[in-house]
Amino acid sequence: MATTAEELDRQALLEGIGCSRKRKEDPRFIQGKGNYVDDVKLPGMVYADMVRSPYAHARIKSINKEKALALPGVLAVLTAEDLKPLKLHWMPTLAGDVQAVLADEKVHFQYQEVAVVVATDRYIAADATELVEVEYEALPALVDPHKALDADAPILREDVKEKDNVGQGPRKHPNHIFSWEVGDRDTTQSALDTAEVVVKQDMLYPRVHPSPLETCGCVASFDKVKGQLTVYITSQAPHIVRTVVSILSGVAESKIRIISPDIGGGFGNKVGVYPGYVTAIVASIVLGTPVKWIEDRIENISTTAWARDYHMTGELAADISGRIKGLRVNVLADHGAFNSHAQPTKWPAGLFSICTGSYDIPTAHVKVDGVYTNKSPGGVAYRCSFRVTEAVYLIERMMDILAQKLNIDKAEIRRRNFIKADAFPYKTALGWEVDSGNYQAALAKVLDAVHYDDLRKEQAEKRSRGELMGIGLVTFTEIVGAGPSKACDVLGVGMFESAEIRVHPTGSVIARMGTISTGQAHQTTYAQIIATELGLPSEDIQIEEGDTDTAPYGLGTYGSRSTPVGGAATAVAARKIRAKAQKIAAHLLEVSEADLDWDVDRFKVKGVPGQEKTMKEIAWAAYNNVPDGMEMGLEAVDYYDPPNFTYPFGAYLCVVDIDKLTGETKVRRFYALDDCGTRINPMIIEGQIHGGLTEGFAVAMGQEMPYDAEGNLLGNTFMDYFIPTFVETPHWETDYTVTPSPHHPLGAKGVAESPHVGSIPCFTSAIVDAFAHLGVTHMDMPHSAYRVWQKIHELGLDKQA
Amino acid sequence: MIPGEFEYHAPATVDDAIQLLAQHPDDGKIIAGGHSLLPMMKLRFAEPAHLINIFEIPELKGITEEGSMLRIGAMTTESELIRSALINQKCPLIVEAAKMIADPQVRNRGTIGGDIAHGDPGNDHPAVMLALDADIVVKGPQGERTIAAKDFFLGTYVTALEPNEIITAIRVPASTPGTGYGFNKLKRKTGDFATAGATVVLHLKGNTCDEIRIALTNVGPTAFRAEAPEALLQGREIDDALIEQAAIKVMESCAPAEDLRGDAEYKCHMAAEMARRSIRDALARAKGN
Ligand SMILES: Cc1cc2nc3c(=O)[nH]c(=O)nc-3n(C[C@H](O)[C@H](O)[C@H](O)COP(=O)(O)OP(=O)(O)OC[C@H]3O[C@@H](n4cnc5c(N)ncnc54)[C@H](O)[C@@H]3O)c2cc1C
Repeated sequence: MATTAEELDRQALLEGIGCSRKRKEDPRFIQGKGNYVDDVKLPGMVYADMVRSPYAHARIKSINKEKALALPGVLAVLTAEDLKPLKLHWMPTLAGDVQAVLADEKVHFQYQEVAVVVATDRYIAADATELVEVEYEALPALVDPHKALDADAPILREDVKEKDNVGQGPRKHPNHIFSWEVGDRDTTQSALDTAEVVVKQDMLYPRVHPSPLETCGCVASFDKVKGQLTVYITSQAPHIVRTVVSILSGVAESKIRIISPDIGGGFGNKVGVYPGYVTAIVASIVLGTPVKWIEDRIENISTTAWARDYHMTGELAADISGRIKGLRVNVLADHGAFNSHAQPTKWPAGLFSICTGSYDIPTAHVKVDGVYTNKSPGGVAYRCSFRVTEAVYLIERMMDILAQKLNIDKAEIRRRNFIKADAFPYKTALGWEVDSGNYQAALAKVLDAVHYDDLRKEQAEKRSRGELMGIGLVTFTEIVGAGPSKACDVLGVGMFESAEIRVHPTGSVIARMGTISTGQAHQTTYAQIIATELGLPSEDIQIEEGDTDTAPYGLGTYGSRSTPVGGAATAVAARKIRAKAQKIAAHLLEVSEADLDWDVDRFKVKGVPGQEKTMKEIAWAAYNNVPDGMEMGLEAVDYYDPPNFTYPFGAYLCVVDIDKLTGETKVRRFYALDDCGTRINPMIIEGQIHGGLTEGFAVAMGQEMPYDAEGNLLGNTFMDYFIPTFVETPHWETDYTVTPSPHHPLGAKGVAESPHVGSIPCFTSAIVDAFAHLGVTHMDMPHSAYRVWQKIHELGLDKQA
Repeated sequence: MIPGEFEYHAPATVDDAIQLLAQHPDDGKIIAGGHSLLPMMKLRFAEPAHLINIFEIPELKGITEEGSMLRIGAMTTESELIRSALINQKCPLIVEAAKMIADPQVRNRGTIGGDIAHGDPGNDHPAVMLALDADIVVKGPQGERTIAAKDFFLGTYVTALEPNEIITAIRVPASTPGTGYGFNKLKRKTGDFATAGATVVLHLKGNTCDEIRIALTNVGPTAFRAEAPEALLQGREIDDALIEQAAIKVMESCAPAEDLRGDAEYKCHMAAEMARRSIRDALARAKGN
């Protein structure tokens, strides 16, 4: 800990942990100098485009390629028939199912990939897709997941009809994917049976799409002479992509190079492997030229991974003072046509069982059933850690509903049930060990800041005048940083993270990680961690990610895992270097290691002022003057397998005013307090929180993927799909407390997803609160003006005097 | 999102453009700002073989005062309308409407002529033209003619424009004392078309409304005048009770199509609410004018 002014000056020069260092990425992005996949142009590159199904469910009777092949410039038209000999017409999903690369005999969702056209020119490729003649026989579409398991439901997946297991346990119907249960069924049942009060609520977390600014795409380039495959790809997990591509293609992993260059946002949408990637790779191998495939916005929204679509029923048992006795949750999960959700392989419902939240709940039981429908496949974590958003939504809604039932204030009901600050680490009824928290303090700080009592008074006055004002409150706990390899793997690969750090003789550093920034500013923050750990200025620390030829193997960036796992690997690797540096310093100063103190950027001999070696001096010595028997150089690698997840938390409060005549909601105030443990770069944290809150606002207020009865996806352009601009984005007020993680080397927890996870139920809480005095307990999202007005109209609140 | 193949023409004069249209009667298409046409071409809903760009033609630009009227060149962009001192002073209704159209990128290219020519019931200028009782000036091989706005909009994407004609200008009356306007548009977000919109222009003589036009956006196959509520308010001293009666008549005059913005019931109610607001705004402005 630096204390003197001189030490503080030296520390400031490092721009290490805790400093709001400006983002190193920004100058290139602001100047349009980023390098995205679609910027990649290779000599001889040709273009792929997809022929897609207009039907949600149909049998393919024939495909005629002749006219398309006759168009000058068309090089190939590939269908499932062509991929069959290579066994590439289907591919395994991360969830143990298979997904059609190109439709094999049947299509299962609208816009499904049916054929791929490759041409010398992007325009010719598009023209040729219109010339591929596909004859379909339409089949009845299954859109409503509640009907999926009916005896007379159309059977969707004929390919797995006979299988009693599609990767995630026994199933009971051809449209059933899995049943997953956790907790104690009997004690939960008896808690509900004997409780003084029980509340029960059905709620739908609608299907939404992460919609990153950059759509998905790749440039695949196979060098026939060297037998090497290079793929530039929009991936949040390039190393896993390499493994999957190797398994699928038979090309040795060492001959495959996956490069994620600059990525224009991911939010979970870029974790999976898509048919477009596979077909571009196959086309490149077949043709021996680089092939580019970039999807457009409609394709991105209609076919690549979406999130949520959880039909949930929550039940809380409590006593009349509001103390919770038990929680039961039943979920019907609509996974679409293929079970290709992206989560740790062993967890069919991700980490949904964190749904006991911030509360001390003695017993709980959760059951999730996954079903197939004629909708696009997916179910990823959209700016959240594997179904945590759904879990937090469920418990936070239930807390409000319980409060309403008992006529207890929604802040008070939470206080009565919080896990106490001295009870950490706390083991939840569903098996998680929450590392640290102080929920009371966070809530108190927020209520104080917004003058909660005054807001309630104002609301009472407004209600008496017939005006609609709502106050939303959420006190969430997340589970992020997947994860301990004993619990988490992807296709058998443990979910560790890696860092490789090299200190050069002059004291500058290059470090490479297995994660990949999609906007989180890893170049900036990882350098800060190393700067503090090594006492070298972050300005001289170069961070690289995303190239599998140079970066160590890692599982990628999603589920808020970069800081909890990648940041830990970085700290531990740096500490290995510092340990070696200490030995070198002892050698140079001719003292024993134990006589040295670390002081910001140097080792000092205890009690002998002036006897010291800076890290820079040590770096130089590492390449010419090391102790006997020590190898030269100054570098380290760490593969960090976290002992536990981290559990960030927060308290959010939202105030809305609703226009009774149009249904429009004005978010008057949004106060977000986050606790992510140690804060590495407060400015970047604030930026991530602003972004997450804005995305949460979008989800709560407008995002949806509506399907009609025939399975047509309505609203798959940005004309309908809600991406807020700064015009509609509310003003955000942010705050924080610091409760470090006890098991993380830096005490850090991960933050960028909290605002998304926490804000969404907070908006619902506020909207419902505006109608709570009229007996309304829940309203499903999105809270668009149209839907809110329907409630207003139903209650007769829009009658003119 | 890749349009079909087309040939591009950039005529220097209106007459050249008209000639090109005549040469390609079936597959030629005028392109102005392109912000309605290009999205349709990218979706391949429209696949013209010849695109005739009139955006740069000087004769189609500019805003001038002609007696009691303002003449606005058809290729005047929304941004130019918003920045025009003359329009701000003499016809602020157009500025208010233009500001609510799309987003800055679209407004920098989209033109008032294109917005009107497109015949889209969701576009905002048609109702503004109806409420202003504007004239649409068009030119074809037979020369120039003028079509009153009330005769121009015939149906969804159907207008009184002949296929070989081009809109060259719009003529709107400059605002006079006692005149007030109201423009209210409900939209889901920036860049969205109206869920429902109502434009009102009225004139007060003393406290009596001696002239009123109420035009509605996106609640029928085309923008249209709501004549029943106009008749109700015409010649009356407008008070809250009367506005309420007019609102009900507005609702009855709507025939909106259901889409993701809402069902017919919601849109009718929203048209009524936008009309209420626009009538009130127009009254307040007329009194202050
Ligand atoms: C995201 C987005 C949001 C939008 N939101 C709105 C909105 O809220 N309100 C609104 O009013 N509009 C909206 N628009 C449409 C936009 O205002 C268009 O610019 C306008 O409708 C068309 O004008 P343009 O100059 O771009 O015409 P173009 O797109 O070039 O042409 C449109 C049609 O008119 C024909 N045409 C154009 N000019 C003439 C002419 N002088 N003579 C004869 N025919 C002609 C063309 O042949 C074509 O058929 C939106 C557009 C986008 C992309």
